[in-house]
Amino acid sequence: MATITELEVGRVVGAPLDRKEDAALLTGQAKFVDDMSLPGMVWMAVVRSPYAHARIAMVNVDGALAHRGVIAAFSGDELADEWQASLPCAWLPTEDTAQPNHRPLAVDEARYVGDGVAVVIAESRSEARDAAELVQIDYDPLPTVIDAEKALEDGSPLVHEEFGTNRCYTWNLATGEVDEEFAKADVTVKERYRQQRLIPNAIEPRGVIVQPFPATGELTMWSSTQVPHIARVTLSMVTGVPEAKLRVVAPAVGGGFGSKLNVYAEEALALVLARRLGRPIKWIEQRSEGYQSTTHGRDQIQEIELAATSEGKIRAVRAKLTVNFGAYLQLVTAGTPLLGAWLYSGAYDVAAYDFECTGVFTNTTPTDAYRGAGRPEATYAIERAVDALARKLGKDPLEIRRLNFLREFPATIASGLTVDSGDYDAHLDAALEILDHDDIRRQQSERRERGDTKQVGIGFSTYLEMCGLAPSRVLGAIRYGAGGWDAATIRFLPTGTVQVLIGTSPHGQSHVTTFSQIVAERLGIPYDDVEVLHGDTAVAPLGMDTYGSRSLTVGGVAAYHAAERIIDKARKIAAHQLEVGEDELEYENGTFSGNGNSLTTKELALQAWTAHNLPDGMEPGLEASFVYDPPNFSWPSGTHIAVVEVDTETGDVDLIRYVAVDDVGSVINPRVVEGQIHGGVAQGIAQALWEEAVYDEDGNLVTGSMMNYMVPSAAELPSYELGRTETPSPTNPLGVKGVGETGTIASTAAVMNAVVDALVPFGVTDLDMPATPERVWRALEEART
Amino acid sequence: MIPAPFDYEVAESVEHAVELLGSREDAKVLAGGHSLIPLLRLRFTRPALLVDIGRIDELRYVRDAGDKLAIGGMTRHHNVQHDPLVQEHCPVLSYAAGLIGDPQVRHRGTIGGSLAHADPAADFPAVLTALEAEVVIRGPEGERTVPVGEFVTGVFDTVLRPQDVLTEIRVPKLGPTGWSYLKFTRRAQDWATVGVTAIVRRSNGTVDSAAIALTNMAPKPVRAKAAEQALTTPNDIEAAAEASLEGTDPPSDTQGSADYRRHLARVLVRRALGEAISS
Amino acid sequence: MLALSFSLCRKELAVGQVSITVNGAEHILELEPRELLVYVLRERLGLTGTNVGCDTSSCGACTVLLDGESVKSCTLLGVQVDGHEITTIEGLATNGTMHPVQEAFHEQHGLQCGYCTPGFIMAAVSLLDETPNPSEEEIRHALEGNLCRCTGYQNIVRAVQAAAGVEV
Repeated sequence: MATITELEVGRVVGAPLDRKEDAALLTGQAKFVDDMSLPGMVWMAVVRSPYAHARIAMVNVDGALAHRGVIAAFSGDELADEWQASLPCAWLPTEDTAQPNHRPLAVDEARYVGDGVAVVIAESRSEARDAAELVQIDYDPLPTVIDAEKALEDGSPLVHEEFGTNRCYTWNLATGEVDEEFAKADVTVKERYRQQRLIPNAIEPRGVIVQPFPATGELTMWSSTQVPHIARVTLSMVTGVPEAKLRVVAPAVGGGFGSKLNVYAEEALALVLARRLGRPIKWIEQRSEGYQSTTHGRDQIQEIELAATSEGKIRAVRAKLTVNFGAYLQLVTAGTPLLGAWLYSGAYDVAAYDFECTGVFTNTTPTDAYRGAGRPEATYAIERAVDALARKLGKDPLEIRRLNFLREFPATIASGLTVDSGDYDAHLDAALEILDHDDIRRQQSERRERGDTKQVGIGFSTYLEMCGLAPSRVLGAIRYGAGGWDAATIRFLPTGTVQVLIGTSPHGQSHVTTFSQIVAERLGIPYDDVEVLHGDTAVAPLGMDTYGSRSLTVGGVAAYHAAERIIDKARKIAAHQLEVGEDELEYENGTFSGNGNSLTTKELALQAWTAHNLPDGMEPGLEASFVYDPPNFSWPSGTHIAVVEVDTETGDVDLIRYVAVDDVGSVINPRVVEGQIHGGVAQGIAQALWEEAVYDEDGNLVTGSMMNYMVPSAAELPSYELGRTETPSPTNPLGVKGVGETGTIASTAAVMNAVVDALVPFGVTDLDMPATPERVWRALEEART
Repeated sequence: MIPAPFDYEVAESVEHAVELLGSREDAKVLAGGHSLIPLLRLRFTRPALLVDIGRIDELRYVRDAGDKLAIGGMTRHHNVQHDPLVQEHCPVLSYAAGLIGDPQVRHRGTIGGSLAHADPAADFPAVLTALEAEVVIRGPEGERTVPVGEFVTGVFDTVLRPQDVLTEIRVPKLGPTGWSYLKFTRRAQDWATVGVTAIVRRSNGTVDSAAIALTNMAPKPVRAKAAEQALTTPNDIEAAAEASLEGTDPPSDTQGSADYRRHLARVLVRRALGEAISS
Repeated sequence: MLALSFSLCRKELAVGQVSITVNGAEHILELEPRELLVYVLRERLGLTGTNVGCDTSSCGACTVLLDGESVKSCTLLGVQVDGHEITTIEGLATNGTMHPVQEAFHEQHGLQCGYCTPGFIMAAVSLLDETPNPSEEEIRHALEGNLCRCTGYQNIVRAVQAAAGVEV
C-alpha cells in the first residue's frame, strides 16, 4: 500500500527519537511568559463588565489612582485615540460580512460579561488586582441575547445596533443537482445536532509582557501566543507601532488549541500602555478571567440531510449551520465554520452538495478556532447522520460506510476539492481487528437479551479531514486575509552544527524534534547537531505560525526544501573542489563522493565560511531559505471506534474502550504522532461526554471556573488502542498529511454514536452533547413515556 | 488569584485560638485551608483576621475512646483514610475520606475544617451524620458537644459561634455491620452530585437497624429516617429507596437538576443498601 | 516554634518573617499573609518551575511536596509553611541527574507543552512514595487532581508505571 517516499531511506526520519524539548520542561527551566520579569516592570489588570450588555454611563478611575502602588488607570474612552484600527479579524467570508469595530477596551457599550471596560497599572500583581476593584463604573443594563437562533428572530435585542440585525453573514457552497437528488431519493434523513460551546483550557493561561525602548521607539512583546508573526503584523496595524520596530516573541507556550490563535485586547493594551508609560508591562490572565476573555469554541446548530438509495448509497448532502460568534469577530471567528464547509460529505463519494452557514452575534464571549475548527463539527454531523441512515434502512452502519467510501485517488469530493490519497477500507479493517468487533457485538447482544442495567454501545467514525490550511490562492478565494505558505531557513555554522529557523510556532507539538529529524536526515548530520529556533520575529521574521495541523505539512516541507537548496549549493562547492562535474557526484547521508574523493556537508560548511576556494561568483556561506506554498490540502483519514457502557438507571456513560487507526501519511516521529493522537482523542471525547460552557439568560457564564467546567482527568479517560496505516501524500516530498487535530475531529462522533448505539433498543436516537448522566437519563425517560 | 489583604495570627493552643478569635470583628479560623483559601482567592470572602490553628499539633490524632473513636479536628483526610483504628472500627469513614477531592487536597484538608465549612456537597458531614458522630466544640464558655445532625444548620452554616473552635469528632465504633458509601460525580475530583451512606446491622435475614444519610440532597445532610424505618428485611430495599426522598430539598446546578438528583438518590440508596446488606 | 502575628498597621500591609526550607536551602522571608505559597516560590525565590493553571485548586499545575507529600501550592499561604520543607521541580534532580520520574516522563513522551508537567511529576513522586507499585487504576486516581490538555494522559500513566519499574 505505502509507496516509499524520498526520506524513508534514512535512519532519523521515522524513528521514535526522544524529544529535544523535554529537558527544560522537565526540570522547571523552561521560560513561560509568567516566568519572566524585567527591571522596572509593572502590572496590568483589566476591569471587566459584569453585564452581558450594558451602556457604560460613567467610568471613574480616581479610586484606583489613589491606591497604593498604582501608576495609571484608564477608561476605554481615555484610550480611544490610541487605536489605529479595530482588533484584527483576518477573515470576512463575504463582501457584506458585518464587522464591528472591536476596541481593546469597550467605549459606550459592554457587549459580553468579561468585556474590558477599564485598565489599571500598578507596581505589583496584587496592587493591580486591589486597585481594579476601586474603579467605579455605572452601567445601564440593556436587553441581552445569548442563543444564536433567538438572535436571528425578529425583535431580538441587537448586539450591535448599527447593523440592524445580529446576522454577521450567510455563506454558501453548492455543487451538483441537490434538489433533484433529494426529489428522487429512495430515502432521506434529516437530523439536527447541537455543537455545544466549549472552553479550550490550554493549561497555561494567557499572558503578555511588553518592554518599551523609548529612545528608539522599539517595543518587544513576549506573549503566550500561537501566532507571533500574525500578532506582529496586526498589532502594528492596531497600535500604529511601525512593524519594523515591533518584535514579538512566543517563549515556551503552554498549549493553545486555537485559543492562542488570536490577537487579543490585552496584547494591544500592554503595547500602547508600555509605549505611553515607558515601563515594561506584564499581564497574566487568571483562569476564571480567561473563561470570559479568551475565545471559546464550537457553538453551532447543525441541520444535515442525506438523500440515499435504498441500498444506502448517499447521493446528496445538505448542511445548514447557525453559528454563535459571540459579541465580536476575533481573528478567525467568522472563518471557522468554513474550515469544515467542504467536509460535510465525509469520506464518502457523494454526487451533490449544498452547504450554508450563518454567523450570528450574541452577548457572549467571542468564539473562534478550537482544535479541529470546523472539521470536528463536519465529521460529527456526517458520521451521526450516516448512522441515522443505517438505522432507517435497517443496515449495519459499517456496510453503509463501505458502500460509500471514496476509493479512487486522487478523488474529487462533492464540495469540489481533491483528496490526495487514502485507503479507507484498510484503516477500517485494521481498527475492527484491534477491536475484535464480533466479540464486542456478541457481548452487546447478550446484555441486551439479559436486560442488564448496563448496556454496551459501539460507535464508529470513519473520518476524512483536510490539513495544510491551505494553498494561498484558495485562501484568497475564500477571502482570508493572509497566505497559507510557511518559511524555513537553514544555516550551517562554521563548525558544522546547523541552525534551522522556522516560521511555525510550536506550543507542545514537538517541532524542534521533528524538524531536527527532517534536516539531520537530509543533510546527513547528527540529530543533536541541529538547533531549531522559532517563535521570535527577530530570529525568524518570516512565518505564518501554528494552527490547523499545518506546521509539518507546510513548515516541515519548507525545511525539507531549504535543506535541498543547501545540498544544491554544497554540491557545487564539492564539484569545484573535487574537480568533477556536479552530475558525477554521488550524495548519500551527508557525503558527496566522486572521482575517488569525498567531502561531507560539514566540511563543505567550513569551506563555504572561509570562502578560500569557492566557484567563481559564489556567495560565501552555506545558508538557504525556502518559502513553501502547498499546492493542495493534505487529507488524513482514519477509523475510530468507541465502546461505551451506559448505566441505564443513572445515565452514566463509561467509555470502556477506544480504538483509533489513523492514516496521517508518512510519519517523521511515530512517538510524537501517537502523542498528538492521544491528546486529540481525549479532547474530542471530552466534548462528547463532559464539557459544555453554559450561560444563563442574563449572559453570565455559569460554568465559570475549572470547578464546574468539566475538563476530564486521567481518572475519567481510558487507554487508547492505536493502529496506523499509511498512504503518503503525493503532494509533498515528505508524504506527510498532518496529525494535530485528527483525534479531536474523529472521536466526538465515535463516542456519541456509541452512546446512541447503546440506547437504540430503548428508543433513544436523539441525544445532545455532552452526554451527561442527566441528559441520558432524560432521554431514556422521554423514550419510555 | 490574589486574596484581599487580611491579618494573620498563629494560635499556639485552642485557648489561644479562642482568645484570638475574640480579638477582632470578622476573624476566621484557618484549619487546612482547603475550603477557605479558594474562597479568599476569588475574594468571595474577606475576613479581617485569620487565626491559623494548623500548628496546634495536639488537634491531630485518632484515639480509641472505648465505644468511640476520638478524631482530632485537625486530622487530615489522608490520615483519616489510612488510620488503622478508623479502618478497623469505622471503615466507611476511611473509605469516604479516600474519595474527597484529590490526593493533594487529602494531604492538607482536615476533617474538622470540612465539617465546619458545611458544604452540602462535602462527603464527611453526611457520612458522619449516618455514623451519629458528635462534634466537640471549645469556645469562651468552655467545651460543649453537639450531635453532627444538629451541628450543620444550613448551606455553609453551623452552630459554631464566632469564637468557637471545632476540636474533636467522636465517632461510635461500628462493630459488625455492612456499609456502603456511594458518591456520584462526573469527575473523580468533583464534589458529590449526590452521595449515599448506608450502614446496616442485620441478623438471620432481618435488618436490625439501618442508618442512611444523603449528601447534597438538601442544604444540610439528610438522615433518611423514613427509608431506615422501611427497611426491616433485605427485601424492603426498593421500598426504602422510595422512602428516601422524605425531607430532601436538592439543589439544581450544572451537575444536575433537582429532579435528576431525586432520581439518582433513589437509585443510589437502593444500590448502597444492596451493597451494605451483602457486605 | 516561632509565634507569628502579622497585623495591619494603619494603611500599611501586614508582613511577618517566616523561615521556609526549599529544596534543602533555608530562606528567611518577609511575607504578606495573603501571599500564596506558589507566588512565594515563583516570585520571591525565583523558582518558576512550579506553574499556576487555575484559581480554583482544580488543575494541579502548582503541585509541590510539603514535608514529602504532594500539595497544591496555590491553596496554601506562604505563612502556613513557616518551619516546613518544600520540594519543587527544581529540587528533584541531583547533581544534574534527573529523578527517575523525570526520566520516565522523557522516555515515555509523557509531556507535550510541558506546562502541567512539573505538577504531574510532583504528584507522581508523592504517589510512588506512598504506593511504590501502583496499578494503572491507582495511578489514574492518584492523578485525579492534575489536568493535562495535551497528552490525553496515556503516556503520563505509562511514565508513572515505568518509574515504578513496570514494563510498559
